[in-house]
Amino acid sequence: MGVTRRDFIKIAGAAVASSGMGACQLTPAALAAQAGSGPAETYVATNCEMCHWCCGLIAKVVDGKVVKLDGNPLHPNSRGKLCARGNSGIGLLYDPDRVKTPLIRTGSRGDGKYKKASWDEALNYVAEKMLSIKKVYGPEAMALFAVGSCSAHLAPLMAAFGSQNFGKPSFAQCRGARDVGYELTYGIIPGAPERVDLAKSKVTVLFGSHLGENVHNSQVQDFAAGIGAQAKLIVIDPRYSTAAGKAAYWLPIKPGTDMALMLAWINIIIKHELYDKEYVEQYTTGFEELKAAVADCTPEWAARETDLPVKQIIETVMEVARYRPNVCIHPGRHASWYGNDVQRSRCLAILTAILGSWGREGGLYLPTKASLKKSQGKEDFPIPEKKPIMDICGYPFASMAGLTNGSTTGLRDATITGKPYPIKGWMVMGTNILKAMPNEKETMDAINNLDLLVTAEVMPLDTAMVSDVILPSASYLEQFDDIGVERGYHLGVTMGRAAVQPLYESKDGYTIARELAKKLGLADYFPWESLEAKIKSQCKLWKIDYDELSKKGFMEMEGTEAPYITAENQPVFKTPSGKIELYSKRLEKAGFDPIPKYTPVEQPKEDYFRLIYGRSPVHSFTRTTNNPLLHDLFKENEVWISAKKAKALGVKHGQYVTLVNQDGVKSNRVKAKVTQRIREDCVYMVHGFSSSSKDLRNAYRKGADDQGLITRYAVDPICGATGMRVNFVKVVKEV
Amino acid sequence: MPRYAMVIDQRRCVGCMACVAACKTENNVPLGSFRTRVVEVVGGEFPNLRMELRSELCNHCENPPCAYNCPTGASYKESDGTVQIKRYKCVGCKACIAACPYEARYIDDKGVADKCSFCEHRIKQGKEPACVATCLGGSRIFGDLDDPNSPVSKILSEVGSSVLLKEAGTNPKVFYIRKLSKLE
Repeated sequence: MGVTRRDFIKIAGAAVASSGMGACQLTPAALAAQAGSGPAETYVATNCEMCHWCCGLIAKVVDGKVVKLDGNPLHPNSRGKLCARGNSGIGLLYDPDRVKTPLIRTGSRGDGKYKKASWDEALNYVAEKMLSIKKVYGPEAMALFAVGSCSAHLAPLMAAFGSQNFGKPSFAQCRGARDVGYELTYGIIPGAPERVDLAKSKVTVLFGSHLGENVHNSQVQDFAAGIGAQAKLIVIDPRYSTAAGKAAYWLPIKPGTDMALMLAWINIIIKHELYDKEYVEQYTTGFEELKAAVADCTPEWAARETDLPVKQIIETVMEVARYRPNVCIHPGRHASWYGNDVQRSRCLAILTAILGSWGREGGLYLPTKASLKKSQGKEDFPIPEKKPIMDICGYPFASMAGLTNGSTTGLRDATITGKPYPIKGWMVMGTNILKAMPNEKETMDAINNLDLLVTAEVMPLDTAMVSDVILPSASYLEQFDDIGVERGYHLGVTMGRAAVQPLYESKDGYTIARELAKKLGLADYFPWESLEAKIKSQCKLWKIDYDELSKKGFMEMEGTEAPYITAENQPVFKTPSGKIELYSKRLEKAGFDPIPKYTPVEQPKEDYFRLIYGRSPVHSFTRTTNNPLLHDLFKENEVWISAKKAKALGVKHGQYVTLVNQDGVKSNRVKAKVTQRIREDCVYMVHGFSSSSKDLRNAYRKGADDQGLITRYAVDPICGATGMRVNFVKVVKEV
Repeated sequence: MPRYAMVIDQRRCVGCMACVAACKTENNVPLGSFRTRVVEVVGGEFPNLRMELRSELCNHCENPPCAYNCPTGASYKESDGTVQIKRYKCVGCKACIAACPYEARYIDDKGVADKCSFCEHRIKQGKEPACVATCLGGSRIFGDLDDPNSPVSKILSEVGSSVLLKEAGTNPKVFYIRKLSKLE
């Protein structure tokens, strides 16, 4: 094999042999050495929250300290294994930079001056502000941004207070557009975890998904199993991702043109009658309209748009069609790219449908039909006088059935403009919104309009450091995790126990919500003394043995799976027509294209590159960059630039550069990764770096922050998600 | 006695780094040092590229140069075929580090030579090494070469494999499957 150019990059441990005596003297055990002592070795089942895949884990606790985390073999999301982040949860628990006490701001916003406060003092401050906001503006003037297990406690608190203004970056800055696209087509979302049957796929198609670098535990296990079973992999990505390195076909597509390729594939499949006729006949509506709408989408046209060879477009779709229905068109996850993302997801959903892959082995399996009774608890929340912002912010599908996630930018706009009504208080937990939402300046403008910004966090992340009050939240290893029902392949019930007591003065999410509720006169909504007591009472209701569940962490209800379509197991589509809607009357009625149409996106001008971004397998956004164990694996991000362009600019591999975007915003300095692995029209970096928080001693100003450069964003008119791949940057050499 | 070995099925490695992280906490490896790593090798020119992901660790050689070059007898070959270190005998002279052609060793925070032990303490309890137990891709496979039914013997009897730096004559016990070539 003729190697023309070799690029040796050691992902980690590059200097193993020479790292000897001079190396840092910290060890994982030394990090753990600050906690108190307790009884000898125990094992505690709980759930991981290093990302939001919710893996089950077993914590090994020795003398009151967590020393090792392993995947819970009973839990379907982990199956006995943990990813790099999961393995490094101890680094979060014992991070010396944690928020240790409640803090109240004393200086001006953002200057980092806080005074230590007691819990009573801090919660009184928050409650008084909330009540005064309620008095002047109404309860709807409070908004909640919460992601993760904590949102289960704070959302009812906010609803009880009288506001349903919830915003989740996991919707509007992540998978919202995808979920709306699939919901419109199938009446059901593809799931989180996605119900992708990757272990059994004969062909797996990844449109921009970079599995492997983007690690969701069980999904990556299935992905690798599929590759091991010789699934053919087709990867469409402007960058030669790790997944592309495994692929039979890599299609280095021009960014922003995915839909052209998808529509051409749909056209070829229909034109050559390669689709699943019976399936289309039985389960879909609008096929004839689809056929007519895509008739012009020829491979030659798509080749011009996508910058891919016609031959490759045809060859790959032929592979897809040959192996149908055992083909997985991966729905992707983060889908807020260009502002046309619901329609782009609709294309993926339609492709899946005409291949007959929904409900088929190797495609997307059907969720279990079994369920459990609704959870107990006081749910007679007051009906807000003013409608939630997400219902009136102009995006008709921002709150589809079952998707009460809302528009983050809708809330931000209302906070800035006071329209349709003022938002004066934000409660933030489990999300670093300053770095999760596009255009940081707008977020700061909104924050500067607030009477109250309260953040509950484990780490002093960027958003915490501009808050009025910071509440020290316990990490997931120090608190119970609420009982949850998993409706994936099987029906299952999960819960988590605290592995150790909360460190410092931190408190668990349930207790924070309950104690604040007491101060607001809403104690009725939190009748249980602790989350453990709540879980016990829920177990009683469901006739589940609490002791068994708390020991196991996950209990699967046997015989509840129904993954594939059979004569007895027919799929259910909760659409108005009861079928898969290739043609969407709902979209048509709301004034949108009932069948996706391709519109070209703006391309970078000379000297500019499109900024694209993604994940590292060892980090979860800004949440983990300070974790000593993960920081050791990946300290700062790099900007990937094509070797050809780098040569023209005189940029050398490993050299520091800065990026300047179309609005003149300049990044922190960042190392150039000069590579063959990316197109010439874009640069790429891993998201989540260059924290502005000085209190994060590992993460402060390391690498460059992609979000800071994302000043422009394209809002999807259908659901309010923000397309964030619409920024262009210049690469400037450091002087 | 068993003869322990590891097989790295590179086809299934997705570069997730779970192995590196698990090793770190399992073995309390100091920050800045690693007992295993994942090496990424890319060849070719855009858009005709190829990539190799290769997990590297101590090869537990049948002919271990580290042990041969250790002046105090701290590095030695164990009866189960693994190469281990008697910490109390190590003087931190780094002769083993210089002798190892695989860059598998480092000096730890106590001034003692250290490296992958195949998680000796775990295999004694009948568990797999931590990296194998957590490998998301199922790329790392561990077992006894002398047991024809072990997972390593089974896959090595079916699929072609290679070792790193064969010419060094170390007879490594970490085997690599780069691509599928069925053995007859």
